[in-house]
Amino acid sequence: MKEIGTIACHTISVIVDNEAGVLARVIGLFSGRGYNIESLTVAAVDQTGERSRITIVTSGTRMVIEQIKAQLDRLVPVHKVGDLTIDGRFVSRDMALVKVAGTGEKRVEALRLADTFRARTIDASANSFVFELTGSADKLDAFVELMSELGLVEVARTGAVALARGPGGL
Amino acid sequence: MTATETKARASEAAAAPPILSGAAMIIRALTELGVEVVFGYPGGAVLPIYDEIFKQDGIRHILVRHEQAAVHAAEGYARATGKPGVVLVTSGPGATNAVTGLTDAMLDSIPVVCLTGQVARHLIGNDAFQEADTVGITRPCTKHNYLVKETSDLPKIISEAFYVATNGRPGPVVVDLPKDVQIEKAPYVMPGQREHRTYRPQVHCDDKAIREAARLLAAAERPIIYSGGGVINAGPEASDLLTEFARITGIPVTSTLMGLGAYPASDKQFLGMLGMHGTWEANHAMHDCDVMLAIGARFDDRVTGRIDAFSPGSKKIQVDIDLSSINKNVAVDLPVIGDACNALAQLVAIWHEEKLGQGQPSLDTWWQQIEHWRTKDCLAYEDSTEVIMPQKSLERLFALVKDKDPIISTEVGQHQMWAAQFLGFDKPNRWLTSGGLGTMGYGLPAAVGAQIAHPDRLVIDVSGEASFQMNLQELGTIAQYKLPVKVFIMNNEYMGMVRQWQDLTYDGRRSESYSETLPDFVKLAEAYGIKGMHVEDPAKLDAAIQEMIDHDGPVIMDCRVAKIENCFPMVPAGAAHNEMLLPGDVVGKPKDDEALAVV
Repeated sequence: MKEIGTIACHTISVIVDNEAGVLARVIGLFSGRGYNIESLTVAAVDQTGERSRITIVTSGTRMVIEQIKAQLDRLVPVHKVGDLTIDGRFVSRDMALVKVAGTGEKRVEALRLADTFRARTIDASANSFVFELTGSADKLDAFVELMSELGLVEVARTGAVALARGPGGL
Repeated sequence: MTATETKARASEAAAAPPILSGAAMIIRALTELGVEVVFGYPGGAVLPIYDEIFKQDGIRHILVRHEQAAVHAAEGYARATGKPGVVLVTSGPGATNAVTGLTDAMLDSIPVVCLTGQVARHLIGNDAFQEADTVGITRPCTKHNYLVKETSDLPKIISEAFYVATNGRPGPVVVDLPKDVQIEKAPYVMPGQREHRTYRPQVHCDDKAIREAARLLAAAERPIIYSGGGVINAGPEASDLLTEFARITGIPVTSTLMGLGAYPASDKQFLGMLGMHGTWEANHAMHDCDVMLAIGARFDDRVTGRIDAFSPGSKKIQVDIDLSSINKNVAVDLPVIGDACNALAQLVAIWHEEKLGQGQPSLDTWWQQIEHWRTKDCLAYEDSTEVIMPQKSLERLFALVKDKDPIISTEVGQHQMWAAQFLGFDKPNRWLTSGGLGTMGYGLPAAVGAQIAHPDRLVIDVSGEASFQMNLQELGTIAQYKLPVKVFIMNNEYMGMVRQWQDLTYDGRRSESYSETLPDFVKLAEAYGIKGMHVEDPAKLDAAIQEMIDHDGPVIMDCRVAKIENCFPMVPAGAAHNEMLLPGDVVGKPKDDEALAVV
């Protein structure tokens, strides 16, 4: 289909049965139909472990976003599909683990910046730190960029997890 | 025995379900779900199931000659009956051979349940003999699929597979069955309710939306109904309701390839098929209408032509059971989610209740315009006394068989489009063709499935010499079960549609489209003990067709037709509906690469 209209970023929540292959179905749907995935996170979210919540950040025209939701909704193990971007205000967080190695002034500066970003130090050795940082993708990007000057070794990041604001749930 | 004792025993029986092997469970579950026929092919990973088949006579097994054909036969059975088709194949190559058929059923929304054997659970992932990741391979080409990991889950999963295949928008479902699951014994408990915990398609239309649809149609000056395969899938009652709604409203009806038969082709309100090889009047009416009711149709690219020039001035109402069909290719003004049968029943009821006919503007001018388009006589062709024209062969075939209410299957290509144009269907479930996937080799096995379902009906596979060769091994199945299928091969010695496109868009460079080294079809038929016939003289065509119909058994007819004849009308690549070509028009090459790419 020709892209008509502006492309917007949407955060979509999907409640699925926590069964084998369900993630493959969702990912296969996106790759098979050529939709974008900016990020995708998934984990079991109820006490019994029977249901998982998938949070997908995707982008497309209004028609494409509608298609994505309709296609997700017709997958058999899908309970519910919600578009947080459309349904109202929502909160969204990514998490990153950032390893920085160095000594002397750089080490001190890394720790100082981590404090400014309200990152937690979850591992430390004589010449390295692993920082844990949550926030928006932008904030994480900014932190990682600063660390690249200060002995950045590697980064592990999750995609976004998100919930609607207020008392209502999906 | 007293009543109390009987009751006690009954409850005891209910409390202690029978212990069965997985294979026995599968047969029992299929029987309880009303399955009468299974199309299949045995192999190592399904031996336990075949052993159970041997021990019973409730379910009939039809042995095909290739797994792809098993699925097409099941599709033909499903289309001709409205019931789900059932397939049983082995692991590995059995499953991979079935993939084309599954994809075909997926694209055309045909309910099929395909049981595949799998290697034993402890061997999965070990590259075992005849192992393939069947659920992985079939995930994108099925509506849903299952790998059964516990024998006790079998009744529930099989029942759910039938529920998913037949409810909502129908489609194929695969159940992958490890061999040790088939052998292991477990209690057989069939779930009572067949509702699904997550999959509950909306079948009843929103009253407000359908009411608005009825009012829009009532206020239209140039309305049209664009009906698709969804109306066929909704059952024969939906077709009756479509006819009723068209009659009370006077609205013209056009149909997709998949929807032929839902509205009587012989009715004066029927404009014929629309789309790439649709009629002049159908495509022009679609282009110029002011309100369009799309029902059970999905605005396929072969239907719309150039999308930005598709019916530019109309308000579009789309009724579909599948939300993902709405606004996929064409933005619609009024979407209505629901089953086509319910939607049509509601439209009829609202039309009467609100007396919408009374305020309806006269459609006379619209019909005059349509009659004017009809004068183009767009299916006309130049006949010959030297050679049988392909259109002529179908016109004569139709004239000689129409009173017998035949079931027609086709392969894919020119003959398929000509069949859609020249064979008129007045009722649903009589037209079996591969529309979405366009699978050459579909028609012969589909005819097998239809003939199994309706042993006394006239079943004809309208075929081409190239498509026929893609599944000709099924002549063995036809011979084995003495199925009186008539195979009408329109032999023009070319992959005709490929040749047509090459002539129109590649300066006539007929690259690899000549059907070289054709077999002698008469001898081929005879090798299977089937009657083979051959006709090439136009004067003998009628007699040959009559002999074919009258023969009590299968026939292969090699009907030699004009070699270089193009199928018209045609909406050329990258063109709009009202830029259709007729025979004799000078065919311009596609305007640009973009147009060439949508060919």
